[in-house]
Amino acid sequence: MPNLIPREFLAALRFCQKDSLILGMRRIAAVVPAYNEEKAIAYVVSEINSLQLPDGYSIVPVVVNDCSRDNTGAIIDKLNCVALQLPVNLGIGGAVQTGWKYAMENGFDYALQLDGDGQHPAGEIPKLLQKMNESGCDVIIGSRFLTNTGFQSSRMRRFGIIHFKHFNKALVGVTVHDSTSGFRMLNRKAIELVSEEYPDEYPEPEAIILYSLHGLKIGEVQVEMRERQGGVSSIGTFSAVYYMLKVSLAILYTFIRIKFKK
Amino acid sequence: MARIQIIAIAVSLLFLGYIIRLIIKGKLREEYSIVWIVCTLVLLVFSFWRNGLETMSHLLGIKEAPNLVFTGAIFAVLIYLLHLSVVVSKLQSQNKQLAQDIALLKQKDKKQE
Repeated sequence: MPNLIPREFLAALRFCQKDSLILGMRRIAAVVPAYNEEKAIAYVVSEINSLQLPDGYSIVPVVVNDCSRDNTGAIIDKLNCVALQLPVNLGIGGAVQTGWKYAMENGFDYALQLDGDGQHPAGEIPKLLQKMNESGCDVIIGSRFLTNTGFQSSRMRRFGIIHFKHFNKALVGVTVHDSTSGFRMLNRKAIELVSEEYPDEYPEPEAIILYSLHGLKIGEVQVEMRERQGGVSSIGTFSAVYYMLKVSLAILYTFIRIKFKK
Repeated sequence: MARIQIIAIAVSLLFLGYIIRLIIKGKLREEYSIVWIVCTLVLLVFSFWRNGLETMSHLLGIKEAPNLVFTGAIFAVLIYLLHLSVVVSKLQSQNKQLAQDIALLKQKDKKQE
């Protein structure tokens, strides 16, 4: 009955829905990419579910099973979470993007990435949220290196991180101290971007370029990370050099591609 | 007609026949078959026209005729490989989108049950 309802009211209603005011809740999707994480995944999900958030916020774990060869798929089906089962292995970038797409389609206000191996303690999420609200940034990165507390990662990894810090700064003038950290929170504007375009392999440092070239503001907040609870890193020690070269190239390509498109 | 000429023509014709068979069976898409048919036709032309290679080399300023064959063949192969890389990249990105959509649809489906 569109004639009975004043147009102004409809417009207001639509506006409210957009900001989720009608539900009174701001919803956060916690995207957890999982590849062979049967040991740690149940704990990660329960940690998210038992998290105490400020009033007016709710969080939903969205676990993306990247076609694991172990029992991860069956486990997450039984957990209290949204279980997305990829039919083929896409790698970390494609898996995380599936979560972004879910957040996009289902109208979440925020999305954050949390690794499936338990490295990112859910207890640190409120810090990201607080920083997001205070700073007005579109992307908040949970960083290990602002004050150097908690688990600090290997020397090789740290060298790579410093390299990316300078590389990103040289290209787009944004300093991110922990560019390989996957512990990130995005607002709606950022979700719209990453559900359309997100790097495939080793996406974290590359995504920073993507965000800043699309005019998103990036903030950083100190968080403490743990050593992984199970599973293996997507980056082995042997492939660390390959990783740095590949990602540096990818960053350069992304930079050129987006610059020329404009 | 020299013996080598007959062999070259026969092999070219066999190759052409095989390509046509692949197209008929639907194992080779038309857009990829064009390159192969053109290659075979070039082979056929030079099988019949024995002095063709010498003439072409002379025209292009290449001293040794066989060098023209190698340069031409390697260049053609490189271009075609590049084309295939482009095709693979496109397929990979389409594959990714499909997998993601399947995962999202499966979840939606399960929720409704």
